[in-house]
Amino acid sequence: MGFKEEKVSVRNGMFNVTVRRGGRGDPLVYLHAAGGQAEWEPFLEMLSQKYEVIQPTHPGWPGSDGLEHLDDIVDMAIYYCDFFDAMGLSNVHLVGSSMGGMIAAEIGALGRNYVRKLVLHAPAGLWLDEYPTLDFFAAPQDVLMKALYMDPEKVMASQPKIDPENKEAMAKAMLDRAMSLAATGKFVWPIWDKGLKKRIHRINMPTLLIWGDHDGLNPPVYGPHFQKLIAGSKLVTIPGTAHVPMTEKPEEFVKVVSDFLG
Amino acid sequence: MKVHSFHLMPYPDLPEDFRERYHSVYIDIPTALYDPVRGHQVYNDYLDELEFAAEVGFDGICVNEHHSNAYGLVPSPNLMAATLARRTKNAGLVVLGNSIALYNPPTRVAEEMAMLDVLSGGRLIAGFPLGTTMDTNFAYGQVPITLRDKYHEAHDLIIKAWTEPEPFAFNGKYTQLRYVNIWPRPLQKPHPPVWVPGGSSPETWDWVCEMDYLYAHLSLSGHASAKRTLGSYYNLLDKADKEPNPYRVGMTQACFVADSDDEAEELYSEAVEYFYEKCLHFYPGFTDAPGYRTQRDIQSGMARQGFGRNQGGGKVTWKDRLESGSVIAGTPERVTERLRETCKELGVGHLMLLMQLGSLNRETTMRNVKLMGEKVLPNLRDLFSEWEDKWWIKPLVNEKRAALTGAK
Repeated sequence: MGFKEEKVSVRNGMFNVTVRRGGRGDPLVYLHAAGGQAEWEPFLEMLSQKYEVIQPTHPGWPGSDGLEHLDDIVDMAIYYCDFFDAMGLSNVHLVGSSMGGMIAAEIGALGRNYVRKLVLHAPAGLWLDEYPTLDFFAAPQDVLMKALYMDPEKVMASQPKIDPENKEAMAKAMLDRAMSLAATGKFVWPIWDKGLKKRIHRINMPTLLIWGDHDGLNPPVYGPHFQKLIAGSKLVTIPGTAHVPMTEKPEEFVKVVSDFLG
Repeated sequence: MKVHSFHLMPYPDLPEDFRERYHSVYIDIPTALYDPVRGHQVYNDYLDELEFAAEVGFDGICVNEHHSNAYGLVPSPNLMAATLARRTKNAGLVVLGNSIALYNPPTRVAEEMAMLDVLSGGRLIAGFPLGTTMDTNFAYGQVPITLRDKYHEAHDLIIKAWTEPEPFAFNGKYTQLRYVNIWPRPLQKPHPPVWVPGGSSPETWDWVCEMDYLYAHLSLSGHASAKRTLGSYYNLLDKADKEPNPYRVGMTQACFVADSDDEAEELYSEAVEYFYEKCLHFYPGFTDAPGYRTQRDIQSGMARQGFGRNQGGGKVTWKDRLESGSVIAGTPERVTERLRETCKELGVGHLMLLMQLGSLNRETTMRNVKLMGEKVLPNLRDLFSEWEDKWWIKPLVNEKRAALTGAK
């Protein structure tokens, strides 16, 4: 089925963002993690068999501008309310992963009317002193890869390669990564506890929490913590996955999500 | 030209196997490695070394700011400048400086620097570094991508606080103050000269050029990198139609004098090696917080921070360091010649010499300072005499200066 990519203008052109859309059905908005969403991955394709998947790139990540108009995570949530208006969307299924999960949780609290059901995969946003999350800004590459994936080598092997001789493409990939993490830092540096705990009680739509049981970046102990703070929420753990279950076990991830969304 | 003595104030007792056993000299270095008794001794030695430099005729003495590290033990340069203000008479107090985005409200910096300027009789140079990524993002938790914006706002507030004759309100993005009215006021008018130390960020060059401040190239990476950075800076000055006055440029240089070239190696090479091997043992994950370098900085080829640390590969020898110019050493004649060449070629009117580095002890440092002051300094002064130095202190005339007699 595939997807189409378009540019969407939000708040009278203050933001011009890249949006991918694919599939038919109830609208499902997917909010990507800190690293951005470089590819229309298999899990998005699978979801698009059942839903109309809308995958925007956050302002400040490669392909979307307007970061200068956002100072913090609340600004980001309000921006997404404007984005939904610009897209003519209401009552969406909102799915967010990690940093995208933190944004989705904020939208669930601050923009209730836009969200029909909420899916938060390993959302950022809460902090327990006894269980510090990984400093992914400073962690060595090998430590980070092990925190993200059960089998880093397999994941790396399956990803599209850039020819190291292609200096321009290499430089662009490096710059894209730097841009994504720099934008992430604007919302979560140096610790991602930015007030969600004061707003999370307002999440009142059906909510599913998903965690990889080997998540090395955002420890699974945060699952029950979120669950406690969101009334009536469900928590599903996907065994044998780490911080990116949608990449390592896309079928399981999609099944868990669609079982919940119906 | 003007020549200054710059002291990093390193911790000199890191263990032999520091590089192998420990993760980084910055940010997560174990505090157990710091012995405050030893610290007491070395702070006082280092201050003596700076005071002695002032005594033998150096124009200025420089201190700077770093956090959570053993590379430079001065989290608060203003404290060092305060004690130096009372123990020196004529030397410029070059505070390089306060990382102004770290202080809230930044009027604290305006106040402390005004205090220093008044206390010293108008001898303060106000250095405003952005601060390294280790200091600002990792040690002080600043958001990397907004650091520069916050820095500029802090700068605007400080300058306005120094120059506005009436109390004013400041409605900034990072600082809001209903009443800005700092006491005391700086002695130098309109305010102490501003120096901006930098790595090699084009963003910084543009701004420093526009503001007509002094740009200080703080790097120990040697001649080639200094030439690249300062060459680009002079090109920018040319494009902006600013006169290529060498006094608008400062540079650090490690410098060691001895009676012979062989003696120089014997006296200094071990301590210098300690500096490059241990003091620059930075964990790379702490040297480039995402967003610290702007897109433009990255695209211009500005390296991540590392201060010229040993980059992989083979061992760098003393001879290599002399050749690359990261260290200038030898007889007074040789050192004089190299410094003259370097400053002429690069257009450096304010030379900041590091005469203590790494684990170099007090006795050897004092001798270095003495030889530099007696045999090298007098042979550098004539350089750039055709230019006016508009970036230097304007101290109070002698008749108006306090006697500094103490309680006697």
